[in-house]
Amino acid sequence: MKLKIDELSSTLGTFKGLEIEVGRIYDEEWEEPMGPTPFPSVGTLRSWDRKLLDRYKPFYMPFCDLCCLCTFGKCDLTGDKRGACGITMAAQQSRIVLLACCIGASTHCAHARHMLDHLIEEFGRDAPIDVALNTNVEAPNIRLVCGIKPKTLRDLEDALDYVETQLVQLVAATHTGQEGDNIDFESKAFHAGMLDHVAMEVADIEQIATLGMPKGIPDTPMTELGFGCIDSSKAVIMCIGHNVLPSVDIIDYLMENRLFGEVEIGGLCCTAHDNSRYDKRAKVIGPISWQLRYLRSGIPDLIVIDEQCLRTDILIEAEKLGVPVIATSEKSMMGLPERTHDPPDEIVADLVEGRAPGALIIEPKKVGEVAVRTVLGVAVKRKKYTPPTSEEIIEMAQHCRNCMECVRACPNNLPIMEAVQQASQGDFKFLGEIYPLCVGCGRCESACPEDFPLITFFNKGAEERTINEKFPMRVGRGAVQDVEIREVGRAIVFGEIPGIVALVGCANYPQGGSDVAKIAEEFLKRRFIVVATGCAAMDLAMVRDEEGQNLYEKYPGNFDAGGLVNLGSCVSNAHITGAAIKIANIFAKRPLRANYEEIADYVYNRVGAVGVAWGAMSQKAASIASGCWRLGIPVVVGPHGAKYRRNLLGRKENDEDWMTYDARTGKQVYVGPVPEHLFYAAETVEEAMVMVAKLSMRPNDTSKGRAVKLSHYIDLHKKYYGTMPDDLHYFVRRDADLPFTMKEEIKVILEDKGWKEGDIAILDPTLLDRLVRRRE
Amino acid sequence: MSARMTLGQTAEIAGPKKAFVISKPVVAASMIKRAKRPLLVVGSKAVDVKTEDGDLVDTAIRLSATGKFSVVATAHIIVEFLKRNAEGIHSMQMMNLGDRLRDPDWTGLDGKGAYDLIVFMGTIYYLEWLVESGLKNFASDLRTVSLNRHYQPNAHWSLGTMPEGQWREFLDEIVTTLEEEN
Repeated sequence: MKLKIDELSSTLGTFKGLEIEVGRIYDEEWEEPMGPTPFPSVGTLRSWDRKLLDRYKPFYMPFCDLCCLCTFGKCDLTGDKRGACGITMAAQQSRIVLLACCIGASTHCAHARHMLDHLIEEFGRDAPIDVALNTNVEAPNIRLVCGIKPKTLRDLEDALDYVETQLVQLVAATHTGQEGDNIDFESKAFHAGMLDHVAMEVADIEQIATLGMPKGIPDTPMTELGFGCIDSSKAVIMCIGHNVLPSVDIIDYLMENRLFGEVEIGGLCCTAHDNSRYDKRAKVIGPISWQLRYLRSGIPDLIVIDEQCLRTDILIEAEKLGVPVIATSEKSMMGLPERTHDPPDEIVADLVEGRAPGALIIEPKKVGEVAVRTVLGVAVKRKKYTPPTSEEIIEMAQHCRNCMECVRACPNNLPIMEAVQQASQGDFKFLGEIYPLCVGCGRCESACPEDFPLITFFNKGAEERTINEKFPMRVGRGAVQDVEIREVGRAIVFGEIPGIVALVGCANYPQGGSDVAKIAEEFLKRRFIVVATGCAAMDLAMVRDEEGQNLYEKYPGNFDAGGLVNLGSCVSNAHITGAAIKIANIFAKRPLRANYEEIADYVYNRVGAVGVAWGAMSQKAASIASGCWRLGIPVVVGPHGAKYRRNLLGRKENDEDWMTYDARTGKQVYVGPVPEHLFYAAETVEEAMVMVAKLSMRPNDTSKGRAVKLSHYIDLHKKYYGTMPDDLHYFVRRDADLPFTMKEEIKVILEDKGWKEGDIAILDPTLLDRLVRRRE
Repeated sequence: MSARMTLGQTAEIAGPKKAFVISKPVVAASMIKRAKRPLLVVGSKAVDVKTEDGDLVDTAIRLSATGKFSVVATAHIIVEFLKRNAEGIHSMQMMNLGDRLRDPDWTGLDGKGAYDLIVFMGTIYYLEWLVESGLKNFASDLRTVSLNRHYQPNAHWSLGTMPEGQWREFLDEIVTTLEEEN
């Protein structure tokens, strides 16, 4: 608020040109009193982080033994050596983890800010935040962290101002000669993760509130996904990235000009999710790993990129196809000429005539017009790229040098050379077998001394079954409604719904995307709640059962036992932590406002949620996971996730690590190793599934709930390991915890381990001394 | 020598401290023989890797029978040992194992004390690379050996990268030597 007074006479004197400026005045209509940690700074929640990190100690696996961040270096940090600044290997690893989390959180924050500025321009600062039906707690992360209750877009600016300020502090901490303690670095990484969930929440609720995306409805419409969903007889625009704004204006232009009959708009990665949330006629081609794969089909007539997870060689690929690229974000300009202020006619003419490889257009409305007019021109004019024929591939394959460079370059060591050798004999079966396992990185092509377009080879091998393949996917629904939380809160907290499994993240899978569907179905059948976002939400759609149905057709979209809930894009991940927070607030009536520690303590001890980022690849995935850790939600990643350099692992055999306050007595008692780990890389999908079931246990489980959870853990262990687990004595607290049908089997193990009833406490658990209600 | 040190995966470059290449089977066998408490770690790829015995699970069972090792199967791969009626094989996940191996106070899978030599085979290349990096940096007294077909820079000792047939023979000779010395 700004007050300007030209002249003021008072008893103190006369003032001329007086200006008084006051920062934001927060609306205090919110009856809930302010909690202890509004807008927490870098160190505010340090003691909470240290409680977690005392239990879950980092196991570092350095990805590089050197530090090369300053001119003292390179410094060799191997073993107990120190760098020129004094840093240790452990601190250096956690410093890099922090950097990754800062990059991830900054990316979501920058995305949110870009959209917010644009949406304020379009809808005004007073545009209301209305994000989910039957919901009062519209922004649980923002309420919890910032202590504000956003009502309008203006309020979201405050949340982002805070996140940006904190991120600068965190990045500063990674400078040479700043932080020196690895655990303090880890705490800062947690902070970055928490900020990330605030930023993601801003990003998603602002687009839901203003762009008419679904407001938390469980039965959103089905859209189509896969190669076959695109009608290639039309002009095809391919949108890649994570920021929906340019695509929205493309869709609007198509609608306003009744051009949907002539133009097909398909998307890759989270832009595709959000396009389909905006208009279900927008098609979802596939996850991020399909970029090269789809480009090589030759189908797109125009590529529109926005931001994040793009192939940075997109211009080279587009040139091969003879199609232009429109870049729409200052974060990913790709060297293209700035055309934002040029007349659309001129830009379209240049792109259609091939006088420019592409254009940078920052204004979404102009992107909408230019993209549609360009694609219509290009589709008519361009000679469609046709992928190599089988004969051409055989001919190329006959020149393979058998050097193995492709195999060495492949992150999954796929037998590419062998497949090429088979192809040289006219047998494409092996190439087809590689197709579903390939993560689409293209490193094999880069390594090949003959420059074989190997991704194109794989496409050819799988062509017959994939080219017309399409799958239904329920459109991302956004937040979980308050009313749903009320209905399931009790069953989750007492363990009767065995857990929430959140399938999130990228597509860097060790053995193909079908593993995600395998995980999802295993837990859906067991009546867990399965939520999904991003690439994982797409990949789990691409498996059909014998009757031809996929998981979206078989399981409902409500947040309840056996529900498969597609929340939406990457930024919709905030609704996962949001749901956990809302269980604490709505079901358990814990104060929410700026009350981070208490809510995290509740979630950690009571809400059996587990994140699974089976194909985690990016820095964003790191920060999303980090936000879960601080809130007490364990995360399992695939084997590639070990490359994040460290796991946070509990030691179940160390009883002293698992002491917890009983809030009813103030005594510290042993509760068993639940959840056993906070961040865990599994080697195989079978291992992951068993671990997920185990990590769903919480100290607060009722006996009935613990019995349900144990039965899933044991059953999965027997199914995949072929044996009973040998650590049941850590998890059975009372005879009543034993699953009825497994009682005798378990008792044999317990006896062997010297288990005694009552060694593990059932209590009102908390890690926070201040939450002890009575002391004995 | 440089060809034999060819990395298993592009860019998985060693730091300043990198594995010595084991040039002869007898060297590996004598290293194992000299160890007081060696542990053989068998990873999830063991069923996919063909050896003179069948696959690496079969070879691991053969190695176990020499009595030189404790054997631990990572991930869910214990199920393969059980199918083949192998006895005395432990099961522990790779991350849990790595985390405990760096702890000098850990008394091992059988509670009989810390291991002094860890031998890896049948692992996912990059996962072994990472776990051995963790051990190289945070458990420097622990010796690690990689018996996989591709050079592992973060082990203390590793086989050099070699063609499949040659590697099978090399591995078989290690096992045979240990059997003969038994």
